Amino acid sequence: MTELLLSPLRRLGHSTINAIWRLGFITRFLLAILRYSGQSLLRFNLTIREIYFAGVMSVIIVVVSGLFVGMVLGLQGYNTLSRFGSADALGALVALSLLRELGPVLAALLFSSRAGSAMTAEIGLMKATEQLDAMSVMAVNPIARVVAPRFWAGVISMPILAAMFNVMGIFGGYLIGVVMIGLDSGTFWSQMQNNVDLHYDVINGLIKSLCFGIVVTLIAVFEGYDATPTAAGVSAATTRTVVTSALVILAVDFVLTAFMF
Amino acid sequence: MSSDHFIEFRNVSFAYGERPILKNISLTIPRGKLVAIMGGSGSGKTTMLRLIAGQIPPSAGQVLVDGRDVAAMNHAELFEHRRRMGMLFQFGALFTDLSVGDNVAFPIREHTRLPESMIHDLVIMKLAAVGLRGTQALMPAELSGGMARRVALARAIALDPQLMLYDEPFTGLDPISLGVIAHLIKKLNDALGTTSIMVTHDVHKSLDIVDYVYFVSNGEIVADGTPEDIRSSPSPWVHQFMWGEADGPVHFAYPASTSLQQDLGLKGSQHD
Repeated sequence: MTELLLSPLRRLGHSTINAIWRLGFITRFLLAILRYSGQSLLRFNLTIREIYFAGVMSVIIVVVSGLFVGMVLGLQGYNTLSRFGSADALGALVALSLLRELGPVLAALLFSSRAGSAMTAEIGLMKATEQLDAMSVMAVNPIARVVAPRFWAGVISMPILAAMFNVMGIFGGYLIGVVMIGLDSGTFWSQMQNNVDLHYDVINGLIKSLCFGIVVTLIAVFEGYDATPTAAGVSAATTRTVVTSALVILAVDFVLTAFMF
Repeated sequence: MSSDHFIEFRNVSFAYGERPILKNISLTIPRGKLVAIMGGSGSGKTTMLRLIAGQIPPSAGQVLVDGRDVAAMNHAELFEHRRRMGMLFQFGALFTDLSVGDNVAFPIREHTRLPESMIHDLVIMKLAAVGLRGTQALMPAELSGGMARRVALARAIALDPQLMLYDEPFTGLDPISLGVIAHLIKKLNDALGTTSIMVTHDVHKSLDIVDYVYFVSNGEIVADGTPEDIRSSPSPWVHQFMWGEADGPVHFAYPASTSLQQDLGLKGSQHD
């Protein structure tokens, strides 16, 4: 009987300790990345290569999603705003929603499932096929050679992708509001111009996407490096990357929003 | 002492948690020789290579390479030690995102500042040494298992190591590729004067090329000697391993804690 009562408790304790241990581990991992970043940033072509795979290859999905999100915002925004007779404010609504929230958050979610999962799978497979071992036996530190360039590629790509998402979203809103529904183009843009503040909205959104870039890429490279070196282990790690990133993005977004706006 | 023994294990033990892998092993490997460590799967052979490479520290005892304790080296010394060492992994461990040429060039690019034209020539020479000149532009996925192993060998010797470690170099190869790899291992050992350690369970091929053999079972050295000694060894263990007999000093059956009758629910119906 006591066994029945204790075992969930014991499991809770076990998973709590495990979670704290992993948090400590990921922090030390980040410190190790930063420590070896100097030598890998000196060879910036390594990072550029990863920017191509993580960032450039994500452009299409980010651009297309941004366009659709902007068009949805245009439709829904117009429906709601016109009920209150303020359809003129559509430009401001679209721009503010995108710059402050949707751009950084959705671009980060897309990036984690497109590029983060690929990073985890790649590093996990390199580990499973002894490539990381081979590297360290050749006196090359895998954190400096494999992990750090991917980490910086993610951190650099994320704000740029979010900005592309925003631009396309605003264009989507314009297509719906002005081209399709027929709002006045001048009003659309001037409302946007009057209501969007460079520091308050644009820079804060950029800071958000930079933070997302750091956490998403860190999770992706950590899960890959920490993966159990088997087929099942790599697949589990890839799933964990996508799930954990999504949760962490939304949680970090809440915290940042609470402080910023 | 350290001049003629390049590698020395002094009473080395190693355990993963509670599970002992190596128990009080002592052995010496002379400079310039090709030595095989043989034993069944899970006998702790690969662990010995990892100890030499400094990837794991021993639980007790010392592993000396050229007279220096590997576990006592600091980070810089360990990397210096590894720079003078080459290792061939069981399945090659080629970098799948780099071409054959870039794989072979990898250690040269990482550790030297040679101009690209010289790296190009070195890569061609190393590939020619393993008979694969002309494959520079191929990707690892386009190679057969035997070719991949040879490219990995070219990469391992790229910086002319003093010490070569081979982890199961013959696993999963067809007889011809196997013969090629064995020939290359012997040739490289003789031509470069490297000390080579080969972990393997392929007895007959290995006995043809090595200078000395250690047999490991359950974390202990059970027999050692030159190939001639081994072939005429009276040890039942060596005999079983050489001829692949199903039962012998190494038992066929897993030591189950319950009897077959108990497992089948026939307890009490018969003796045993």
